[in-house]
Amino acid sequence: MANTIILNEKSFQNAICRIANDIIIDNKNIQKIAIVGIHSHGVCVAKKILIKITRLADIGDKYQIPFGTLDITLYRDDLNDLKIPVIKDTIIPFDINNKSIVLVDDVLYTGRTVRAALDVLMDFGRPKSIKLAVLIDRGSHELPIKADYVGVRHNNAKGFIKVKCVETDGVDGVYE
Amino acid sequence: MSFKCKDLLGIEYLDKKDLQVVLDSVKPFKSLFTRSVKKTPTLIGKTVVMLFYEPSTRTRTSFEIAAKRLSADVVNVAINTSSVIKGESLIDTGKTLEAMNADYIIIRHSMSGAPYMLAKNLAASVINAGDGFHEHPTQGLLDLYTIYEKKKKIEGLRVLLVGDILHSRVAKSNIWALTKMGAEVAVVGPPTLIPLNIEELGVKVYYDLDEAIKKADVINILRIQLERQFESLFPSVHEYVELYQVTKERLAMAKPKVLVMHPGPMNRGIEISSDAADSSNAVINEQVTNGIAVRMAVLYLLNPRRGNVYSN
Repeated sequence: MANTIILNEKSFQNAICRIANDIIIDNKNIQKIAIVGIHSHGVCVAKKILIKITRLADIGDKYQIPFGTLDITLYRDDLNDLKIPVIKDTIIPFDINNKSIVLVDDVLYTGRTVRAALDVLMDFGRPKSIKLAVLIDRGSHELPIKADYVGVRHNNAKGFIKVKCVETDGVDGVYE
Repeated sequence: MSFKCKDLLGIEYLDKKDLQVVLDSVKPFKSLFTRSVKKTPTLIGKTVVMLFYEPSTRTRTSFEIAAKRLSADVVNVAINTSSVIKGESLIDTGKTLEAMNADYIIIRHSMSGAPYMLAKNLAASVINAGDGFHEHPTQGLLDLYTIYEKKKKIEGLRVLLVGDILHSRVAKSNIWALTKMGAEVAVVGPPTLIPLNIEELGVKVYYDLDEAIKKADVINILRIQLERQFESLFPSVHEYVELYQVTKERLAMAKPKVLVMHPGPMNRGIEISSDAADSSNAVINEQVTNGIAVRMAVLYLLNPRRGNVYSN
């Protein structure tokens, strides 16, 4: 099962492109947005989206979109059952008050990760809005959470969906 | 990525891997301190009981802040108004607290081994906050982390512990932590305050501070416990000051970027001079800040509810 390809390198790029496009259309003033990736693979997806937006919106060197990373470990609702995970860095190097945050994760499944991530963000201040971008939406949400920007919908997944990124795994792709 | 055991009784029982896990876990907690909300819901619904049979301000406050920043409920047992003075035994006190669903018990006791006895008899996580002359593991861990943060490594560093090694549980925890991580540890003090056979723990013993201080990367100065001086372990405080006080002049003999540490509370003018305590080499206040982050990491790593309950 583990080797069914959902997205290859090309379709991975297309999905990122789609998300970036939708974000630009939605945010007339691109200087108001900030992008935050959820560890671990949400961070590389977020970086790709950031680069794409910078290129598509032709921001160039004039301005850099604020970028942050976020770890939800301390906010999980299932810490009791887990082998204690390594906590990664939560770095939000900008003032999130009044920013339009685009929160990025690789896969949206139960929605629990996003729930925790929203709590983390709220502890940093009061953003103007938070929108959710995911590379894969596999459905079966357990909370009333849905993505605003979706790379690909993949509703019939049975097994674990594995996202790989060039930065960490040497290749871009999504496998089931 | 967690401890093998439910309790933290001493650094003696941890291995190098455990210590590295702690060092790697502290930073995310420390980064919370600069946020507008410094709390996370990690231990929400858990109860932390503080059982201090000996006086303490900074350790108790530090644990309390650490537990509260993780959203635990903290209960302080005031020993002199509790059933302890009616003669309740330590284990019975522990069982009573456990019956009230305490998840963590943080204990300081004048008897070495008291936390061990409690841990053996309870399912709650027991954290030693200082027992007799034995260990003070969270102090050892926060000293280790402070050195690691400043020097970016532990291995190969020359660390000197100055003063009352005999009565100091901080010294014991420091020696265990630092030698396990590969530092070269030396102790210096009056012969009456150096325990016999301390060399067996892998430390070098000096009696002359001026000689020992040379080439030190870190100097950790232990408190002269004036409350114990009835034993007359040195002729006079004045003589101790002359021979063993860490002063700015003496710091000049160590390495240029030497770290000056003290677990507190300081006796300024006795084991440390004021100019040394306030010098740019001193990291004494950082130790206090790191103490909270390290204790948060310990509470996080020692989750008591996660199965395989056995003591170390």
